[in-house]
Amino acid sequence: MTTLTATAEEPRTAPARPEYRVTGRRVLASEWAKLWSLRSTWITLGLGLLFLVAFGLIAASRYKSGINSGHMDRDFAASTAVSLSLFGTNFAQLALGVLGVLVTAGEYSTGMIRSTLAAVPRRLPVLWSKAAVFGLVALVVGTVGAFVAFLIGSGIVSGTPAAMDLSHAGVLRSLLGAGLYLGLVGVIGTALGALLRSVAGGISVLVATLMLIPGLISLLPSSWQDNISPCLPSNAGESMFALTHDSTTLSPGAGLLVFLCWTALALAGAAYRLTRSDV
Amino acid sequence: MIDARQLTKRYGEKTAVDGLEFVVKPGTVTGFLGPNGAGKSTTMRMIVGLDAPTSGTVTVNGRHYAQHQAPLQEVGALLEAKSIHPGRSAHNHLRALALTHGIPRRRVDEVIELAGLGSVARKRAGAFSLGMGQRLGIAAALLGDPQTVMLDEPVNGLDPEGVLWIRNLLKTLAEEGRTVFVSSHLMSEMALVADHLIVVGRGRLLADTTVGELIREAGGDTVDVATQDPARLRDVLAGPGVDITGRIGSEELQVTGLTAREIGLAAAEHGIALFELSTRTVSLEEAFMDLTRDAVEYHGSTTTTGTTSGSTTVTTAGTETMTETLGRSA
Repeated sequence: MTTLTATAEEPRTAPARPEYRVTGRRVLASEWAKLWSLRSTWITLGLGLLFLVAFGLIAASRYKSGINSGHMDRDFAASTAVSLSLFGTNFAQLALGVLGVLVTAGEYSTGMIRSTLAAVPRRLPVLWSKAAVFGLVALVVGTVGAFVAFLIGSGIVSGTPAAMDLSHAGVLRSLLGAGLYLGLVGVIGTALGALLRSVAGGISVLVATLMLIPGLISLLPSSWQDNISPCLPSNAGESMFALTHDSTTLSPGAGLLVFLCWTALALAGAAYRLTRSDV
Repeated sequence: MIDARQLTKRYGEKTAVDGLEFVVKPGTVTGFLGPNGAGKSTTMRMIVGLDAPTSGTVTVNGRHYAQHQAPLQEVGALLEAKSIHPGRSAHNHLRALALTHGIPRRRVDEVIELAGLGSVARKRAGAFSLGMGQRLGIAAALLGDPQTVMLDEPVNGLDPEGVLWIRNLLKTLAEEGRTVFVSSHLMSEMALVADHLIVVGRGRLLADTTVGELIREAGGDTVDVATQDPARLRDVLAGPGVDITGRIGSEELQVTGLTAREIGLAAAEHGIALFELSTRTVSLEEAFMDLTRDAVEYHGSTTTTGTTSGSTTVTTAGTETMTETLGRSA
């Protein structure tokens, strides 16, 4: 066998073979179709939206009843309509982050990844498409949820010290920030799923990053805490949608920047593993 | 066309595929045969780029699989393990794959009909039986109307009707001029569909041959003769294309290249007494077992083989055959 024959094109059986071609836009369309063709997507997104709105409303109602009865919890004393209605962000981020992990790690646990990567053997377009599609969906769900929670929640607390409306300084930014935060949590979830290739592993790391590490950081010497704590993913993310900021937190812009760095780091790790390891 | 050169895959200490070198040509069904763990699936995964070779290369139609602009149009693969999300319907699964290439919806419906999945296409694929799952995998393999069709153990879990369907499908695809590469650990199944055979054992190439040739090389056309005067019979039978073996001092000879009838007539003509004259029948299954058993012995492992004097001779013959085959392919 000479190199000449090896490189020669095969004779086509039918001259009118259709011209198929893999493009970035088509991989996006495929991932979009994949996301919506699973029941778990609808259920988890519904849960995320429910958490976001329901917990916001519950927090607002508790505040209102506290005001009316005169027994105000200390936790609630400094609340605003924004902080009350975004109370559910903590829970919504779990639902959206977990779904993000499922989008990628779910393909490994089921074996679907073999079909996916056989169709797109260059691999990286799959990761970018999954992250973009799910990030966008999580962003939309998060933003819609934040606005719905605020519009109803601010109605509940109107006439109390916490009352605010959309025209109040920083409110719009906080609500958009919350949506953006949830969208990026979705992207981090997909990246962790692709990096760890395991649903359980991805969810564990996600929960640890967003919920456990901020607690553990209190074990560090306080001078370290002051430097590290604001830059942790969860705290940096929180600065994106907090209405007020003090010396221990980052500004919204800096928070967004730091959180974007964390997202990029997770994506880079996922891209590295995806291109380097066998499936 | 699939072209593997010095294809090697190691997992730590274990070598799954060891310097494989073969070409799969269009227009025929090529069987990829070997016992479980011989490296067939690993080789197929390397062909479609799911596993990266440790060394060596494998190309499809002259290029690495990932370098094609429409990979599904070059190679349609059914891999051994399930490659679907159980929560998605067959239709949605195929649709998602089709979208990556811009394959029209019409083609999705076409392969669903072709695979006989019309009635279950909208059901969750997780509820499919093993056979239905295989049919879905084959539908996915045919989706891009590929030049090369590669199926890993396609008859697994199929009912007799499904097995027949696969056989006819493979033959039709080959007749259309496509490259058809099918793995199996069942020689009997391969004998019915494959024209060409690539046999591997422990990741090494054992034979790259046709079905007929494999039987012949494994001693399928050997005639066992026991005679009063082996030395004279040798002289009488000797001629072009005739091969005679036998131990010195033994009455038994093994003759290839002549039929039992021709040997009997020649012996009668020269007045040589024969005590035994029998054609050895070797099934494809036996030929395959001999070949792969040699592979095991070749690697110095201790395997227990029930050796009668007859099968010892076969093994020796088989070893020669193998060395010859390896020498030719290298």
